Formats: sequence, C-alpha cells, structure tokens
Amino acid sequence: MRHTLSLILVLATIWVLNSGHYTSLLLSLGFISILFVVYLSHKMDVVDEESQPFQLRATIIFYWIWLLKEILMSNLSVAKHIWLGPNSISPSMKKIKVSQSTDMGKVIYANSITLTPGTVTVDIDGETFLVHALTEETLHQLLQGEMDRRVTQLEKS
Amino acid sequence: MEGFWFVLTSVFLISGAFLIFTGAVGVLRFPDFYTRMHASSLTDTMGSGLILTGCLLLADHEWLVMAKLVMIFLFLLLTGPTANHALVKAALHSGLKPKLGAEPS
Amino acid sequence: MISATIVAVLVSMLLALVRAFMGPSFYDRVLAVNMFGTKTVLLIALLGFLSGRPDFLDIALIYALINFISVIAILRYFEYSNRKSSIQET
Repeated sequence: MRHTLSLILVLATIWVLNSGHYTSLLLSLGFISILFVVYLSHKMDVVDEESQPFQLRATIIFYWIWLLKEILMSNLSVAKHIWLGPNSISPSMKKIKVSQSTDMGKVIYANSITLTPGTVTVDIDGETFLVHALTEETLHQLLQGEMDRRVTQLEKS
Repeated sequence: MEGFWFVLTSVFLISGAFLIFTGAVGVLRFPDFYTRMHASSLTDTMGSGLILTGCLLLADHEWLVMAKLVMIFLFLLLTGPTANHALVKAALHSGLKPKLGAEPS
Repeated sequence: MISATIVAVLVSMLLALVRAFMGPSFYDRVLAVNMFGTKTVLLIALLGFLSGRPDFLDIALIYALINFISVIAILRYFEYSNRKSSIQET
C-alpha cells in the first residue's frame, strides 16, 4: 500500500514539474494518466520494495555526497590519463568479492562502480563482480573496499 | 547578470565543455573498446553535470526550468551506467577480448 | 560564453562521429552513438538558453529518454540476431 502511495506521489511530482500549467483540464488529465500508470505498474507487478526502496537508510544522502566526490576525483584522474596518452594506462580486469547480502545493495554497489569513470562492472555472478579498470591503481583503490563498506552500511536495517 | 555570477557560470560551462572534449579525445585515442568506455563515461557524469550546473545558474530563479535541469541530470546519471553496463556485458559475451597490461600495442 | 560552450560540444560531437565511422567493432559504434546522444541532449539545453527559450528542455528530456531506449533496443536486437545465427551455424 505505501509503495503505491509513494509511486503516486513521485508520478504527481513529475507531472506537476514538467507541465507548468495548472488549469483544471490539464490537472485532471494528469490525474487520469497517473491512475493509468499505477494500474499498469500493478499489472506488471513492479510496485514493490525494489522500485520504491524504503528499506534503505536515510544516510544514503551522505553516501551520494561521498559518491559525488569520488566521481569528481576519478574524472580528473581519467582526464589526466587521456591527455598523457595510451602509454600511461594499464587496463586490468579482476573478479572481486562483494559483502552485500541483498540484491538492492549489490545493484547500488555495481552501479556506483560503473558510475565512477575508470572502473566498470562487466558481469555479476552471485557474490562476485567482474570489474574492468583503466589503470591498476584504480583497481587497487577499489580493492581497499571503502565503497563496499559504505554500501553495506546502507542496507543494514 | 552581475559580475560574480557571470564568472561562476562561465567557469562551470567552460570546464564542462573541456571535460566533454577530453572524453571525445579519449574515445579517439584509447586502444580498445573497454578503455574507450571509461573515456565516454567522462561525458556522462562530470561533463554533463558541470554544463547542466552552468545552465542552472543561467536559469535565473525560474523554478520549473531548474527542476527540469535537475531532472535531466538525474536521468543521465541513472541511465548512463545502465547503458554502459549493458554495452560492456554484451561485448564480453560476444567474445570481444580486452587488451590487458601496461603495454598496449 | 554559451556560444563557446556550444562550439566545444559540436567539435566533440564531430570526434564522436569519427569514432562511429571508424569502428572497428560494432560495440565501438554503439558507444560512440550513445555518447553522441548525450551530447545532443546538452546541445539542445544550451541552444534553449542561447535563444532565451528554456522550453527546449522538454525536448532535451525526451531526447535523453529516446537515446537510452534506443541503445538498449539495438543491443537486444543484435544479441538476438547473434544467437540466431550461431544456432543456424551449428
């Protein structure tokens, strides 16, 4: 039930922000669209804790800020390697162990790895990720496991 | 626009444009598909982020415009890694071998 | 200043096109096209601010959506056709 309510809230926000017209005709059209989308989502069986993740801790905001900082740093490092040329990189690929127990935690971790330039999650197989990295240093940095630890903290509830 | 905001907007726009240009150069310069992928994610994350932040400063307190810019940025952040992961997984499964090691030929 | 940014984005779009034509593999081309699409989104947003019509942002949002869907669709299509051809070979 609360998943449905949160879905309606999200859809209504998107409609109001994107339309910019507040006449009764357009608002009622929006209402009809929201009901239709909620009906379709229920039929597709996607209204659950995967699309509306309440179980995550509110500290995910701090994780996002930390992730933004990581993205900034790795952007600068990848840009440096681009201008230094192909001889400065050492592409490497490795399987890494992950400590998350839920699917949501794994998805957040894999997505964060891919989002930071310099590392890409190539394949996910149960408890291991196959990661491709631009240089060996970035891979070592990932193996230190700070990101892993932070994501695992998020999913404990 | 006042001097300070003009300078700030210029800094965001120009550095974003520089990062996007760097990403494009990297895609041309790097030796194989997997390394090019890293260069292209430069465009997806910080390049678009900086340019959209610059636009946010240009928006001049029109809330709807700002909300749309934030929405575009969140959307790019969400779809970028998904598309990249799908692409790299398809490439690996089709048998495209990555060049590894410090000495790319 | 907006015009300078637009010129830089256009130049990088040109570089992405070069990679799309050079290949060599099919995935390099898809990667270049995906990057081209992301840059188009930014270009549309910047053009909107240059001409003083921020309504262009709606088009940019839709373009980002179409870009993502098309990349996924192309990958699905080629995955499927690869599998079919490998079945026929065996």
